[in-house]
Amino acid sequence: MQNPFFNRGFQRKRPAPTGHVLPPGQYETQDFPVLSAGPTPRIATAKWSFALDGLVETPQKWNWAEFNALPHQDLTVDIHCVTQWSKFGTTWQGVSLDTLLALAGPKQEARYVMAHCYGGYTTNLPLADLTGGKAFIGLLYDGKPLAPEHGGPARLVVPHLYFWKSAKWIQRLELLADDAPGFWERAGYSMYGDPWKEQRYRDDDEDQAAAGL
Amino acid sequence: MSALQWQLATVTALRPETPRVKTFVLHLPYWTPHRAGQHYTVRLTAPDGYQAQRSYSVASPPEQTSQIELTVELIEEGEVSGYLFEGVTVGDQLEVRGPIGGYFVWEATPLAGPLLLVAGGSGVVPLMAMLRHRHRSGIHNATVLLYSVRTPDDVIFYEELARMAAADATFTLLLTYTRHSPANWSGYQRRIDAAMLAEAVKLAGSSPQCFICGPTSLVETAASSLQAQGIPPVSIRTERFGPSGT
Ligand SMILES: Cc1cc2nc3c(=O)[nH]c(=O)nc-3n(C[C@H](O)[C@H](O)[C@H](O)COP(=O)(O)OP(=O)(O)OC[C@H]3O[C@@H](n4cnc5c(N)ncnc54)[C@H](O)[C@@H]3O)c2cc1C
Repeated sequence: MQNPFFNRGFQRKRPAPTGHVLPPGQYETQDFPVLSAGPTPRIATAKWSFALDGLVETPQKWNWAEFNALPHQDLTVDIHCVTQWSKFGTTWQGVSLDTLLALAGPKQEARYVMAHCYGGYTTNLPLADLTGGKAFIGLLYDGKPLAPEHGGPARLVVPHLYFWKSAKWIQRLELLADDAPGFWERAGYSMYGDPWKEQRYRDDDEDQAAAGL
Repeated sequence: MSALQWQLATVTALRPETPRVKTFVLHLPYWTPHRAGQHYTVRLTAPDGYQAQRSYSVASPPEQTSQIELTVELIEEGEVSGYLFEGVTVGDQLEVRGPIGGYFVWEATPLAGPLLLVAGGSGVVPLMAMLRHRHRSGIHNATVLLYSVRTPDDVIFYEELARMAAADATFTLLLTYTRHSPANWSGYQRRIDAAMLAEAVKLAGSSPQCFICGPTSLVETAASSLQAQGIPPVSIRTERFGPSGT
């Protein structure tokens, strides 16, 4: 859409980041800002577990040692937060959702996933957005164990969606037949959250009927 | 019109709050009542089409109709705060959308329980909306604002807060100065810590609803320390303003 309005005298302060294309309305940061709604849960790895269940053939549950024994991958991804920052080339080590889903075996009717977290946070995603190398459970960030304020010991990472979908302190992924809003989604944020379409809020969703409204 | 569509607001007044903080009074063609604690997004557009967006909390209470007040701190080298601070005067227009956010909000109801507000720097802005909303509602739930600033020059809304505290025995203002304090100051002179939070909790009374806003490090410290003092996580709501870890 053409925007005839402009702010007199306003101009870009820093040169355009080279080699990276920013989604609309985003700016690049070198920091790793923290966004969460409440206190940071501290979860001892001795007490940690992660489950993959719901509409699956074989529900799975791993403790910390079992989960760390699964095949790991190195990943370099760009991340985009709904509060307007983007960070390019973040490096992670983690377990691909493809690995986990292959062990559990999604049922035919499974189409959506609800991520449940320590501390009670939830977020919803389509199952198709977690497969085909598009998502992983991150354990190391920048070569070091993921810090609690960034979602450690383990966080879901789905880089192609706004970062609130990359649930911190992940505890369980539940496969569902129908979409249902999670924590921020109930507060008016987008059901899908595509940064390239700037789907920040529910009003920005393409098909609000399909989003269950 | 939907609350989340862009609208062109007009700056009707400007108020310096501190040497580094200004309040912008914006008249909105499509004002909708916000909840205290919510924010708006401001979008700046350059003549060449470049755009930048940032979030700013509403400082005014929902009782103030047809306009909102945004209180902005000038950030060193800040792209948006720098322009707002230097480049915007009364009569100018700004593109905004909102109100946004459904969690870091507080409603003044006759049954409202004790309230503990913890702020660092410009993190006081959404908490001020809550205090103004409470004041306008005329309710008297026990309320404490623990507010960390660097120097006496940096206290945003000082006079209004002092007036509120003087006129209302159920509201306590606790200031802490981390760099230097006023002459004859007998209050806190350090960063917010567990002991300070324990005193604030005691003043607020049993199991307060807590709102914490400011730089990430302050929010992390305050939230985990309140939790360690037995306040359930569901009663602690946080908002982190900046990437800076100061
Ligand atoms: C929900 C929400 C509500 C907010 N409400 C307010 C408000 O009421 N008042 C207000 O003044 N700000 C508020 N902020 C912060 C605001 O959105 C901007 O981040 C801030 O104004 C800086 O933007 P800028 O374009 O000037 O700086 P940028 O050009 O983005 O950054 C310049 C430099 O400053 C650093 N920086 C960015 N933000 C901060 C910060 N907050 N503190 C210290 N360093 C920083 C950056 O890392 C960078 O190095 C809020 C943020 C959020 C997420």
